[in-house]
Amino acid sequence: MSELIIALSIIMVKVTVVFSVLMLMVAYVPLMERKVLGHMQVRHGPRRVGWHGLLQPIADGLKLFFKEEIIVDHANKGLYHLAPVLYMTCALALYAVIPFGNEINILGRVIPLHIADVNIGILYIFAISSLGIYGVVLAGWSSNNKYSLLGAIRASAQMISYELPLGLSIIGVVMLAGSLSMVEIVNAQENVWFILLQPFGFLLYLICAFAECSRTPFDLVECENELVAGYQTEYSSMKFALFYMAEYTHIIAVSAIAVTLFLGGWRDPLMSPVVWVLERIPVLGSLTIQLIGLVPPVVWFLMKVISFVFFFIWVRATFPRFRYDQLMGFGWKVLLPLTLVNIVITAFIMIIV
Amino acid sequence: MTAFFFFPIAIVVLISASLVIFFRNPVHSALSLLLTFFSLAGLYILLNAQFVAAIQVIVYAGAIMVLFLFVIMLLNLDKVKKERERHPLQKAFGILIASLLLVVLGSVIASGILYGTKGIYTVEKVAAIGNTKAIAGLLFTDWILPFEITSILLLAAIVGAIVLSKKEL
Amino acid sequence: MPIDYIPILAFLIFALMFAVGTIAMSSIVGTKKTTPEKMMPYECGVDPIGSARRRFPVKFFIIAVLFIIFDIEAVFLYPWAVIFKDLKVFGFIEMGIFILILFVGLIYAWKKGALEWE
Repeated sequence: MSELIIALSIIMVKVTVVFSVLMLMVAYVPLMERKVLGHMQVRHGPRRVGWHGLLQPIADGLKLFFKEEIIVDHANKGLYHLAPVLYMTCALALYAVIPFGNEINILGRVIPLHIADVNIGILYIFAISSLGIYGVVLAGWSSNNKYSLLGAIRASAQMISYELPLGLSIIGVVMLAGSLSMVEIVNAQENVWFILLQPFGFLLYLICAFAECSRTPFDLVECENELVAGYQTEYSSMKFALFYMAEYTHIIAVSAIAVTLFLGGWRDPLMSPVVWVLERIPVLGSLTIQLIGLVPPVVWFLMKVISFVFFFIWVRATFPRFRYDQLMGFGWKVLLPLTLVNIVITAFIMIIV
Repeated sequence: MTAFFFFPIAIVVLISASLVIFFRNPVHSALSLLLTFFSLAGLYILLNAQFVAAIQVIVYAGAIMVLFLFVIMLLNLDKVKKERERHPLQKAFGILIASLLLVVLGSVIASGILYGTKGIYTVEKVAAIGNTKAIAGLLFTDWILPFEITSILLLAAIVGAIVLSKKEL
Repeated sequence: MPIDYIPILAFLIFALMFAVGTIAMSSIVGTKKTTPEKMMPYECGVDPIGSARRRFPVKFFIIAVLFIIFDIEAVFLYPWAVIFKDLKVFGFIEMGIFILILFVGLIYAWKKGALEWE
């Protein structure tokens, strides 16, 4: 009985810790985005609230929390409230299977650092992210606003069109690892990260991930000069904030999944080719190996995820927006065939080698 | 342990499935069906069929229900519901089919055979090789012909959908 | 094993509680001064004309059907990828045929103009 209580409390502690770290990141990634975008456009970004704007997320959060809640006339009230809840829950649920560190030992008890290790990990992620679409469709449909509905239709068509190549681009990883479990995929990358074996798959995943999060260059969903704010036009107060937070939760989730599948997860960059090079550098090489070994796995994981998020912001500052016909054409006529070709080539090479 | 989770999930499945027919608004019905599919996936997990559970959510909840919602919005069925015509025999047929279903269910319960015969893949064996691997091992070796025929079926579905909507293209 | 899913369930409930909780709290705390204009749908300052829920083009329907079909293809590819190392050449040929047949379907949809947007 006490064993059960300990097991349950470990689960609760892990859930709470992951959730708090995640919420902290969700609060600070928008600030990071504003600062990085600012500096890329030769300005400072927010710097009034706190030292270099560090308290800005708290100010924004409080403001949105105390705002008036506006429910439009003739909105379908139940669905109108359900949509942001559904969207946020789906974005958060993605983290349940991502391993964020190696096992740790507390009081003689080995605790693996992931919330759950299920042997259908990738399928779970695929399933949950396919449910996110309902939040968007319901938000647009229940709002009783033409722009919202147009935005929702666009968003849903875009999401289903890019979900296919997203799901297919990681088949190569599954073939190499021979498992759908996220933990085993990280273990399979002990010698070499999958980005080196699946560079093409990684590139395809990257493009589809941008489209799934509706980020620039695929942010037609909320393209303000055509659709006001897309499906979230009629949302205010905390419901708007939930959509906003869910968007960043989704970006961090997609980054964490990319890190787990292609960039070795929580592993340090000491894979065999890197070690091979470092061993050939006198003194400095072995010193670097020792220094890298000192950093705990969780820190590597967070560093990788944050660099990936930085890449998202960088792309936003660089690229213009697609046109809608280009976007749909690109998904179906270019990405889908290319992912299939990637699978066939991977299979072919795996047979030969 | 299984019973502790089975009954809440089963109750959710039953309630949401009944709500599909009781709701007047087709969008609400579609969402209850979504909840039904999702909680069915929970029942599959309790049965150790994790792969099937994932497929249930990916294909039914994630793809087919999107099509349902699209169709409801495409036809704007929300408006149509008021002037809906009722076929005179609608009720009679409904009662007939429902009672036939009841007879089928009753005969199964009366026969006393509530469990099928157990195959060679026991829970322990499936857990040892992994659910997905067990399915894949059978599907891509012994059942290869049905698998390849599936692709023809899907091709027919593509052609059918495009031919049906051809006027609009 | 079903027991592996208990943490996922816990996390889902936690996420759901968070989302519902924030909305509920903020609607209690937030100000409420409604005017008829404020409650109108926002359409760039112009009074809305007609219903917002209109029919939309059949194209989206075709995209959804194509999505279902290729989703099922993806679902078949996952178990295949898991045991590909054991299947080798045999697996390559059988999935090659499967992918080829569905690719013909994609080309058909492409040629019929189902993937064109104006």
